[in-house]
Amino acid sequence: MYDNMVTARYYEERLQEEYLEGKQPAFDISAGPIPGELHLAAGHEASGAGVCQHLRDDDTVTGPHRPHHIAIAKGVDLKKMTAEIFGRETGLCRGKGGHMHLFDPSVNFACSGIIAQGCPTAVGAAMAAKKRGLDSVAVAFLGEGAIDQGGFFESLNLAQVQQLPVVFVIEDNDWAISMPKDRVTDVKDGSMRAKGHGMPGERVDSNDAIAVYEAAKKAVSRARNGNGPTLLEVQVHRHMGHFMGDAEAYRPDDELERIKKLDPIPRLEQDLLNEGVDQSELDEIRTKAHERVDEAIAWAKEQPEPEPHEALEDVFHNPPEEWVEAANMAAAQEGDD
Amino acid sequence: MTQQVAERELTMSRAMVEAIKQEMEANEEVFVMGEDIADYGGIFSSTTGLLDEFGRDRVMDVPISETAFIGAAVGAAQAGMRPIAELMFVDFFGVAMDQIYNQMAKNTYMSGGAVSVPMVLMTAVGGTYSDAGQHSQTLYGTFAHLPGMKVVVPSNAYDAKGLMHSAIRDDDPVVFMFHKRLMGLGWMPSPEGPKNTVPEEPYTIPFGQADIKREGADATVVTLGLHVHRACEAARELADEGIETEIIDLRTLVPFDTKTVVDSVRKTGRLIVVDEDYRSFGLTGEVVARVAEHALDDLEEVRRLAIPDVPIPYARPLETALNPSAKQIADAIRDTQ
Repeated sequence: MYDNMVTARYYEERLQEEYLEGKQPAFDISAGPIPGELHLAAGHEASGAGVCQHLRDDDTVTGPHRPHHIAIAKGVDLKKMTAEIFGRETGLCRGKGGHMHLFDPSVNFACSGIIAQGCPTAVGAAMAAKKRGLDSVAVAFLGEGAIDQGGFFESLNLAQVQQLPVVFVIEDNDWAISMPKDRVTDVKDGSMRAKGHGMPGERVDSNDAIAVYEAAKKAVSRARNGNGPTLLEVQVHRHMGHFMGDAEAYRPDDELERIKKLDPIPRLEQDLLNEGVDQSELDEIRTKAHERVDEAIAWAKEQPEPEPHEALEDVFHNPPEEWVEAANMAAAQEGDD
Repeated sequence: MTQQVAERELTMSRAMVEAIKQEMEANEEVFVMGEDIADYGGIFSSTTGLLDEFGRDRVMDVPISETAFIGAAVGAAQAGMRPIAELMFVDFFGVAMDQIYNQMAKNTYMSGGAVSVPMVLMTAVGGTYSDAGQHSQTLYGTFAHLPGMKVVVPSNAYDAKGLMHSAIRDDDPVVFMFHKRLMGLGWMPSPEGPKNTVPEEPYTIPFGQADIKREGADATVVTLGLHVHRACEAARELADEGIETEIIDLRTLVPFDTKTVVDSVRKTGRLIVVDEDYRSFGLTGEVVARVAEHALDDLEEVRRLAIPDVPIPYARPLETALNPSAKQIADAIRDTQ
């Protein structure tokens, strides 16, 4: 868990550096080595790591548009994920998805750029497991802003009436871009929403990563043992803006200072040291994690960009004949150029 | 004073905001709601400064719940108010499509005219900055295809202001689709053109009047939004080669100015339709069909440039290959000569 958290933190720091290259001094979203938007999750690590620690490759995770820490904890291939973020041909999605839309079926990870829309698909994965008599579970991660969406309520209801092995994990960072939670959401404690559905709900602070781990353990085993869904809310803290380039004029001046004191990583380090883990062991884990990240980024940047004609591929798994002809023609034209 | 006003240039976002502000001043029943539209001023600056001027009662941040707040706008409009609701990205329409096309668009008809829905649904469209398939669509055709809503697509600041005044005063639901790349945002550079002279006083541009951006006898390009500027670039290049291109900016899709388009094709005989929406069953087909119905004998050549039925990809070479460029437009025009 510590490994996943320090990997995710350093990964986000490195992505931030790479992202800003070429976008400064005048921020231009379409410039630089990483195209498009970038939503970083520094400060959220304990929820991804604490929950995914209980999961196997055959368990499904759906992530939100701020997915990296969850993907790392779920075991998504770091190199291929990075190549995807850099828009390369060898990326997880061959350059079609980008950072908000990572798909790694080998570990059953997917995410969506549309708020709360990973909830129904997680329910579907759980439904498939139950129908097949398997003991795999599904976990849907979403932000606290997403719990006002119909897709979320409908998923809780469906999961509960069918007693499906799902865990819903709300990452509450208090902000939906510029909208503070108390202005747009009527419950202070999102896990309370479980009550209306008669399912267990628990809220835990990510500052204490071990508490997240313990709460997730209960929820995941409940699902795995056939006892139905759980709603978990993790209070996390977003160290960065909603997206890179966000000026954050809406954020109170002292908030960042306050939440940085609630960083789960130093606290977990201290907890581990208190448990008798040697400092050198933590240092080694961190060094290796950083090496792995640097290696993934270096590898990704060496990967080729996709050829333009590849834009016509992957629309269908079983493409109609006319479609194949069009794609072949585009490839041939490129060859001529 | 008058002279100073006449020479004033605004970005498209500032022109839109000015129209909304003036309508809000003139009519207490006008209010705005949407995600991040208050403190943030709209993530594409479509509502910048309105909160300071009108307060939270009339400039409302809402939960991330498109079904609820777009439906609420429908309800308030039916109660006689004039709401402006912002759907942050048009791609999110799916979350709330029932409220949009079964309620907002149909209630007038299904009530036998007993109910009117005087609201504006404004929404950001368009790609060209690697935001991938769930944040880069234009979907002009989807909204124009479903009956009951007027569909407005400005290409510059002057039109944006005039069309926004018309939209707010209109007794029907109006979908106001603004292209992100035209808004004049610091972080997403616009092409030359959308920032232009805008009178300070309120004025309206009637729906259903296309704008002839450039006259020419050799070919007619019908387009809208961002591609008006790409077509103009192509036309400038072709003028050097002695090909004179007529460029028609549709400005509104519902109502559609068939006459201007048909008259132009009668003159040139050559029709090129350029669209950032998907190709099949959409705007390009519709324009060609209308011309065929009315001026088949005059029609010598037809070309369609649009996104070739592929979700918008993330990686730059892929997105660039699919989105019609000035060069592709110029090639298509040359090809008809």
